[in-house]
Order: sequence, then structure tokens, then C-alpha cells
Amino acid sequence: MVTRELKVYNRAGIHARPAASIVKTANKYQSELYLEKESMKINGKSIMGIITLGATHQSTITMICEGPDEQQMADAIQTLFENRFEE
Amino acid sequence: MPDFTVLELLDLDLKQHNHLQLSCIAGRTGLSRKITTSKISRPGLPLSGFFDEFSNNSIQVFGRGEQVYLDKLESEQNLASIERLFSYDIPCCVFCDGGNPSDRVIELAEESGTSILKTDLLSSDFSRRLYQTLDEVFAPTQTIHGVFVEVYGIGVLITGESGVGKSETALELIERGHRLISDDTVKLRNISDNYLIGMGENPLLAHHMEIRGLGIINLANLYGVGAIRDRKQVQLSIHLEPWDSQKNYDRVGEATMEDTYLGISIPKVVIPVKPGRNIPVIIETAARNERLKKLGYYSAKEFDQSVLKWLESESARKMYYINEETL
Repeated sequence: MVTRELKVYNRAGIHARPAASIVKTANKYQSELYLEKESMKINGKSIMGIITLGATHQSTITMICEGPDEQQMADAIQTLFENRFEE
Repeated sequence: MPDFTVLELLDLDLKQHNHLQLSCIAGRTGLSRKITTSKISRPGLPLSGFFDEFSNNSIQVFGRGEQVYLDKLESEQNLASIERLFSYDIPCCVFCDGGNPSDRVIELAEESGTSILKTDLLSSDFSRRLYQTLDEVFAPTQTIHGVFVEVYGIGVLITGESGVGKSETALELIERGHRLISDDTVKLRNISDNYLIGMGENPLLAHHMEIRGLGIINLANLYGVGAIRDRKQVQLSIHLEPWDSQKNYDRVGEATMEDTYLGISIPKVVIPVKPGRNIPVIIETAARNERLKKLGYYSAKEFDQSVLKWLESESARKMYYINEETL
């Protein structure tokens, strides 16, 4: 299990497009992805779930990857956050 | 648990029959104080000067009696106890029955930064509603991945890994006239360790659904107000999983499985999915079956009973024949 803290750098926060790119990236891997914010823990492979997190600019999200390719998945998602979802 | 302040209590969007009808009349600076417990205090004893075991972190509800007593104290120029009450970090004071505190009390409240709220409800009615509201606010919650629909009046929680077809199943159920409460993320609330309430995580985003190939759709607009619901008790859990030919699925339905969320057990049904199986119909049937069970009729057991009865009569008849042959 890989747990990392991620920060939302893009101005608009996580809206539909970034959420879709997270799901698209996550679906390339077999591992399970969970995102946690405050008391919410959602499945990172679902667009509606990620949007409901309400992740605004500068907020912190805990990422949990679990499975055979968890390391690669965690790296890919982290890069996505650091690249501001190419926005 | 995020902080719950007095201001949030005022802002709660409650339905008519449990509306608190609160308004702030003094001490606005105190509105940012946190409410940390669902307990309510009637400050009769503290007003008379007895502060042992005073629950200073609960909301202080002033009923008719407390208000009259307060007036009497004021006429005797003896407001030391209310001053002392305000010196504690109490979340807020509520004056019920539409009563108004005197100017002096309001002054003291402003000085200490304690907010005073007012309601037209009777103190007994207000206490009941406040208990109910706070119970829900402080109820343990859990967010799970699944779809929550109401089928024939039964709250059905559909779970299963992503891609198994939860949303498509829910869509078909809505098409058949059932209601959607939440898609994808369901917030569960344990209400006084008694039952579970399920709702959408965010009322602004509720009733939207993601269907692969279509994207995000708004069910309330597409199917109208009859197809949605805000919240519902969770009464049945349905788990969808890809068909596994190695696994033995329940064929009789006599054993009951259970799912436990937040310490509350709910009957559970596991439905294997494979192309050609009409899952919505199976879920509808499971919901009907659950209703029957609530009425005291247990299909699988009744069936078994009648089989046993039939076997008994059959074997009795056979015995009769055997006896005839041996004669």
C-alpha cells in the first residue's frame, strides 16, 4: 500500500476534466485507488466520486494505492497533480 | 468530524416538521462558537447559583420557567448567576416560546460574546427537534462507493467494483419508475445506533450520474422530480460481482447474509452478473421479497415448509401402498 499527500496546484481545483484525467490514468493500472479528504474516502476510479471531494485550489488530498502495480500508479497520479492536470 | 458552529445550526436547511425556527437576537460574535455535543442543558440550577456538574459545552435552552425566573432575578437586581453562566464558553442560549430576554441580559450577552437565539416553538417541542437534529449532525458517517436507489419503497444499496454495471442497473431501475438517491458516492449515517440513512455526499452534485459513453447526465432533468429522492433508510444491500463459475451461489435463499456498515447490519444479496442476465428485474424481485419478509412471509422458508408437508403426505401414501403389497 502506498499512501501519499497530494496538493491541488491548478487554480480551478478538481472539476470534471481533471477528474476524468485522474480516472483515465488510474484505469491503466490494476491497483485500487482511493482518495481521501477530511472524512470522505472515495474510489479514485469514479469521476463523480472525485468531483464530490470538492478539492479546491491549494487543498490537500491523501492518495492510497493498493495492488500489484501500486508504485507505478502512485507515481503517475502524483505527476498528474504536479503538472496541474496540464491546465 | 468537521466543526459544527452555531452559525451552521442557524443555516441548517430543515424540512417544515422539524424546522427549528431560530433567529439570532444578540451576541453575533458568538456565532462562530462550536457545538461539540448533542446534549441539551436546561439552565435552571445554574441560574439559581448551583454550578456543580454544569454542562457548559451544551446548548442552553431557556423555557418559560427559566425565563420567568430570570425576570425575577432581574427585579431583585441579582444577575450574578447569569453573568457567571455567560462567563463559561457555552455554545449559545436559546429562548423558547417566543420569549425575549431583557435589555440587561442582552447587554451581558454582548459583553461576553455569547449568542442568544430565539424561537417561537415551545421548549418541549424545540428540545425534541433539537435533539433529533443534533443526533443527526453528530451521527457517525461513512462514505462508500455504490449506487443508492429506492425500489418499491425499499432503500437498496448496490455495491460492486467499478465497471460491473452499477450505474447502468440503476438507470434501468429509474426507467422502470424507481428512484435514485445517489450515484457513485453514498454517505451513510448511523442514526442513534438504530438504522442507517443513505444520501448523496453533496446536495449540489446529487442526482447526477456517469454513464460510460454518455458522460455525466442529470437524472432530475431527464426523468423529472418523480425519479429522485434526497435520503432514504438503507434496508437492503445488493452486491454485484462478475459471474464466477467456481463459486457456489445461493440457490434456495434460505440462508441470510448480512452487510455491516457503522455497526448496523443490513440483509445482503449477492448477484452474479453475466451477459444476458437482467439485473434490474432481479433487484426488483429482491426488493419485493424483502417487503414480503417484513410482512412476515419468507418465500424460501414457506416453500421448504410446503415441500416438507408434501413429502410427508407422499411418504405416508407410499407406506400405505407397501402395506397393501405385503398383504
